[in-house]
Amino acid sequence: MAPKLAVFKLASCDGCQLTLLDCEDELLALAGEVEIAHFLEATSAVQPGPYDLSLVEGSVTTPSDAERIRQIRAASRHLVTIGACATAGGIQALRNFADVDEFRRTVYAHPEYIETLATSTPVSAHVDVDFELRGCPIDRRQLIEVLTAFLAGRKPDIPDHSVCFECKRRGTVCVTVAHGTPCLGPVTHAGCGALCPAYHRGCFGCFGPSGSVNLPALIPVLRRDGLDDDAVERFLHTFNAPAFDKELGK
Amino acid sequence: MTATAAPAVLDRKGLDALVAALVAQGRTVVGPTVRDGAVVLAELTSADALPFGWGVELEAGRYRLVRREDGAAFAHSAGPQSWKNFLHPPRERLWSADRKPDGEVVFGAEEPADPSYAFLGVRPCDLRAIAIQDRVLTGGRFEDSGYGRRRSGALLIAAECTEPGATCFCVSTGGGPAADPGYDLALTEVVDEHGHRFLVRVGSEEGARLLEQVPHRAADPVTEDTARASVEGARDRMGRSLPPVDLHTLMGSSLDADRWNDVAERCLTCGNCTMVCPTCFCTTTEEVTDLTGDHTERWQRWDSCFDLDFSYLHGGPVRRSARSRYRQWLTHKLSTWHDQFGTSGCVGCGRCIAWCPVGIDITEEVAALKAESETETD
Repeated sequence: MAPKLAVFKLASCDGCQLTLLDCEDELLALAGEVEIAHFLEATSAVQPGPYDLSLVEGSVTTPSDAERIRQIRAASRHLVTIGACATAGGIQALRNFADVDEFRRTVYAHPEYIETLATSTPVSAHVDVDFELRGCPIDRRQLIEVLTAFLAGRKPDIPDHSVCFECKRRGTVCVTVAHGTPCLGPVTHAGCGALCPAYHRGCFGCFGPSGSVNLPALIPVLRRDGLDDDAVERFLHTFNAPAFDKELGK
Repeated sequence: MTATAAPAVLDRKGLDALVAALVAQGRTVVGPTVRDGAVVLAELTSADALPFGWGVELEAGRYRLVRREDGAAFAHSAGPQSWKNFLHPPRERLWSADRKPDGEVVFGAEEPADPSYAFLGVRPCDLRAIAIQDRVLTGGRFEDSGYGRRRSGALLIAAECTEPGATCFCVSTGGGPAADPGYDLALTEVVDEHGHRFLVRVGSEEGARLLEQVPHRAADPVTEDTARASVEGARDRMGRSLPPVDLHTLMGSSLDADRWNDVAERCLTCGNCTMVCPTCFCTTTEEVTDLTGDHTERWQRWDSCFDLDFSYLHGGPVRRSARSRYRQWLTHKLSTWHDQFGTSGCVGCGRCIAWCPVGIDITEEVAALKAESETETD
């Protein structure tokens, strides 16, 4: 019997699960290998668990998220989190550095209707996770690799090294060394194929810290290339802010 | 060797004809050209694409193109790539296999579809780097057949160094700005009041045949003397140098040095130094299966001793700290390379210094290790 695949979301923009629908060339082959049992972005027809593989996007931002992820875990033989929200808290984790009550009062006419947690946290802070696939959004080829590896019963080939590896392999001229452009590539997890430097932009760190990071050593280079302290903080405070802050010992 | 073994001179038109002749032979001509603010190596369809009038300013962690008044084509130092990008490419498929409906597994032999390369403008440091990779990848019991195939078909046209950069230190590695044997043709660029021209020396029968096909003249004493003087002058203008000590011994006795902690604080472990290094050769293999599991491919891709997975054994990476990984790289490059392959692994091209985002300078690190060893023995 084909393994049952489920896709769930917590607090997120849906971009990562859309990446699965974006795998147009592979979707039919995938549908031939797995039974897509729960995927609301694609169909409202859902089957009950348990599921062999659950993909979860989004972070935990409400008490009901925290309860739901425990239920999802209980119904899943393997749980893979996909994207920066699910693996690092996402852009909404900027609330972790601010006063959520103040946001609630300022934004909503009836703040009493808003039930939310003070922090946005990755799924791994709540339940055991079998594999984390990084990115904002995740990379389509990497998602297919994770699914293929699951079907073959092997470890996915998702390297833990820096984006610099990908720049050098594709022959991109280093934007920091040759142009003086601030770039988070040396501290960022590979996976996107070094997209931004190929278009002469510095890496934004969408995939979060790599498996071997020395972020304090990069700060003086960012400063040299024109970022002041506030700009360095803004540069690091995007999709993976708590993860990068941790690398600075904050 | 034929009569053309005597030095000859090509002018600009002769250089154009040289590239045209190689293209006409069906060769893929690769040489320096300007792209994205750097002199990169790429396929050339004519000599017009060479970086005429471009030079570079180098420092640790810094590379900038600068305009040159003299219009020279080969007066730039080593760029972000080396010839290994072509001879030992970042990714290469080794084999594939298919499972037939009856369960039989059929292995597909890789079709060698490698281009027949002509490399134009190989700097003397890079010529030495190619010789080192030849020994590493084809000189032992386990030959990298893809490398061997591409290398044996490649024609090498050297360009002697007349403009070393601030990060260059080939002289202190036992090399120098003049081309050692191993080339098919060696050019020395001369630009003066007598014009823009290239002194050509022939290094092989194939080089001689190629030269015969393009308009050239016998070398005149002025061109020969000027060429020799500018290459000799380059010897004295290396921006950096390794300390004149037995590095094999120094590195071997520095395994517990405190300096490794110092460099580990600065090192990003991003792997750039190993990937720009023209001799670093390490690879890993990846198995690529499709969703059905009926088709699989094995790919070889560049790896780096700065990648944690590089030393992953059962239970985890052996070299987890930045200290241990930087030490592994530098000690292998300058010391254990001798034990393994009979020479140093460093040609002094300076790429690892220029292209390190934080500007770690191996000449400075070795000098510090030497100073530390002297303090200890005092």
